[in-house]
Amino acid sequence: MIQVIGYGNPGRGDDGLGPAFAARISGLSNVRVCSDYQLTVDHALLIASATQVVFVDAMMGSDSPFEFGPMTPSTAQDLTSHSLSPAAVLALASTLFEATPKGFVLGISGVAFGRVHEGLSPQARANLTLAEAYFRDWLAMAHSQDLAEDRANA
Amino acid sequence: MTDTPRTIEISPVTRVEGHGKVTIHLDQNGIVDEARLHIVEFRGFERFIHGRLLWEVPVIVQRLCGICPVSHHLAAAKAMDVICGVDELPPTAEKMRRLMHYGQVMQSHVLHFFHLAAPDLLFGFDAPAAKRNIFEVLREKPELGRRAILMRKFGQDIIEATAGKKIHGTAAIPGGINHNLPIATRDAFLKTVAEMQDWALDALALARDYTLGHAELVGGFGVFPSKYMSLVRADDGALDLYHGNLRMIEPDGSAVFDQLPYDKYHEVLREDVRAWSYMKFPFIKDMGPDDGWYRVGPLARMNTVSFIDTPRANAARDELMAANNGQRTHAILANHWARMIEVLHCVEKITELLHDPDLQGTDLRATGDRREEGIGVIEAPRGNLIHHYKVDENDQVTYCNLIVSTTHNNEGMNRAVKAVAVKELSGQSEITEGMLNHVEVAIRAYDPCLSCATHALGQMPLEVQLLDANGHIIDRRARAL
Repeated sequence: MIQVIGYGNPGRGDDGLGPAFAARISGLSNVRVCSDYQLTVDHALLIASATQVVFVDAMMGSDSPFEFGPMTPSTAQDLTSHSLSPAAVLALASTLFEATPKGFVLGISGVAFGRVHEGLSPQARANLTLAEAYFRDWLAMAHSQDLAEDRANA
Repeated sequence: MTDTPRTIEISPVTRVEGHGKVTIHLDQNGIVDEARLHIVEFRGFERFIHGRLLWEVPVIVQRLCGICPVSHHLAAAKAMDVICGVDELPPTAEKMRRLMHYGQVMQSHVLHFFHLAAPDLLFGFDAPAAKRNIFEVLREKPELGRRAILMRKFGQDIIEATAGKKIHGTAAIPGGINHNLPIATRDAFLKTVAEMQDWALDALALARDYTLGHAELVGGFGVFPSKYMSLVRADDGALDLYHGNLRMIEPDGSAVFDQLPYDKYHEVLREDVRAWSYMKFPFIKDMGPDDGWYRVGPLARMNTVSFIDTPRANAARDELMAANNGQRTHAILANHWARMIEVLHCVEKITELLHDPDLQGTDLRATGDRREEGIGVIEAPRGNLIHHYKVDENDQVTYCNLIVSTTHNNEGMNRAVKAVAVKELSGQSEITEGMLNHVEVAIRAYDPCLSCATHALGQMPLEVQLLDANGHIIDRRARAL
C-alpha cells in the first residue's frame, strides 16, 4: 500500500499545495491518501502499515515547478516544533513500530505564502498540475514494481 | 563580558507554533535589563473573516491553527448559535460537541507533554540540543512513546467521529450538530477507553513525580504571582472546558469577578497594543495593563475552579493544591502536572459520555430568532478562547474579534522570559545554549500557539543572534527546523 500525506494550511495561500494535491489524487486505487495541517507523531503510526510513503508539501525557493525524490529516516535534526519533518516521521515509524516504508518527498513550488487567504496562486496551480501528472506516471511504475516484488516473494 | 549593552535574539522560538523571537537586552555590566517575546507574524485573520457567511465561519476559522482547530470550530459555532437565536442546544448536539472537545484537549495535552516537554523534563534544561528530542526519549522510554502516539490517536479518532473529519470538521453547525454517534463507533471507543484511563493515570503520576521530585527547580523557575481566569460551570464553579461563566481570581484565590456571563467579556477586558509585538496584551479594564494582566491555561484552571466533577481528576487536583499547602500554585512548570490532570479529566468525561444514550439521539439542531451579534467562549487546551462576531442582514460577518489563549498569556509569558533571563543570564560571561534553552522552556511551559505557521519546505530556520549595542552581530547560531 502506498500512503500519500499532503500537508499544509489551505488558509495560507500556496501553503495549501499539499492538501490540494491530496484532494486531486484522492480515490486512486491502491493509494491511501491523508491530508493534514502538518506532520505530527501520529503520522508515524499511519505510515507503519505502508510499503511506500510520499510526503507532499509546498516548497519555497526552487526554480523547478516541483521536486520529487527518495528520502531516508533521520533523527539528526532537532525536533523542535509541534510539527515534524518527513524524515523524522519515517524515523519514528522505524523506532516505534519497526516499520520501514520507502520514503519519498514531493515538494511543489508555491509563490504566495505570506498573508491569510484561501486559494492557490495561478503559478502554484500550474505547478500542481505538473506535479500530479508526474506522480501518476510514478505511481504506475511503483505499482508495477510492487507487483513484481510480490511475484518474486511468492 | 562586554563593555557595551548587548541584545541576544532567539528567533524564531523553537517548539512553538508560528514565528516568535526573544530579545534579551543586557546592560554594560552584563545584567539583564529587559527581555521580550515578540510575535513577528501578523495574522490578519479577523479581516479575513469579514464578509464570510455565518454558516461557513465555524469551518473557516479552523484555518487559524493546525494544532487546535477544534477549539476554534466550537468557539465559532457557539457564537453562531447565539446569532441564530439558540441559547440551549438539544442534548445530543451539546454532548457531541463536548465529546469532540474532550478528544481535542486530550490529544493536544498528550502531544505537548510527551513530545515537546518530555525531553526537557527527562534530560534537563542544560542537556545538549542533540539530546533534547523525542528520539532520545524513545531510546530511554520506548513504551512511553508508543503510548503517547496511541493516546493521541484515540483523541484524534474521537475528533474524526464527532467532527466528521480529523481536520476541517464540519459537524458543529449554528444551532447544533449535523450527526450523532453511531452505536458501532461508540462500541469501538468503549473497547479502548479503559486502557486510555490507565495510561492517563500513569502519565499523571509521571508529571506529578517530576514536579514533586524537582521541587527546588519548579519552585524557583519563572515563579511569580498573577491573576488567573477561566470558564467555570454555572452555579457550582466546577471545571467546565466547554461552557460556563467567567471567573477571575487574585493570586490568593479571592475573586476579581465570578460567574460573569462571558458575553460581557468586553465590559471587563481590554487589549493593549505595544509597538514591538503584533500580539496584543489583554488586561482588566478597571485595573489597567500594569496591574490588570492575568494568565489562562491548565494551571490557571486548576487555580480558578472550585473542584473537578470527575472523581479521579478531582483527587489529582486536590493533590496538586495540597502540594502548595492549599494555596494557588504560581509555578509555571506545574502546568505539566495540570495538563495531565486535564487529560485524565477528559478521559473520564469521554467514558461518561460514551455511556450516555443521548449521543445516539436524533434531535440535532435548534432554531430561534435571529440576532446580530454573538459571542462564543471555550476553554481550549491552552486556555480561554473568545470568538466575537457581528453579522448583517445578508448573513455576512461585519465584525470579528478573537482573543486566543496565547494572547491572554502574552504578559505572563513576557514576565516568565524576563524572570528566567535575569536568573540564568545576568552576569554571565558566556551565553550557552543551555541558558538559552532555559528561556525557551519558560515559554514552552505555556504551550503557546503563535498560530498558523506556514511551514513550507525550506522555511523556518532557527537563528540565534548576539548583537552589540550598535546592532552588529557578534555571534550567530542557526539550524533548520
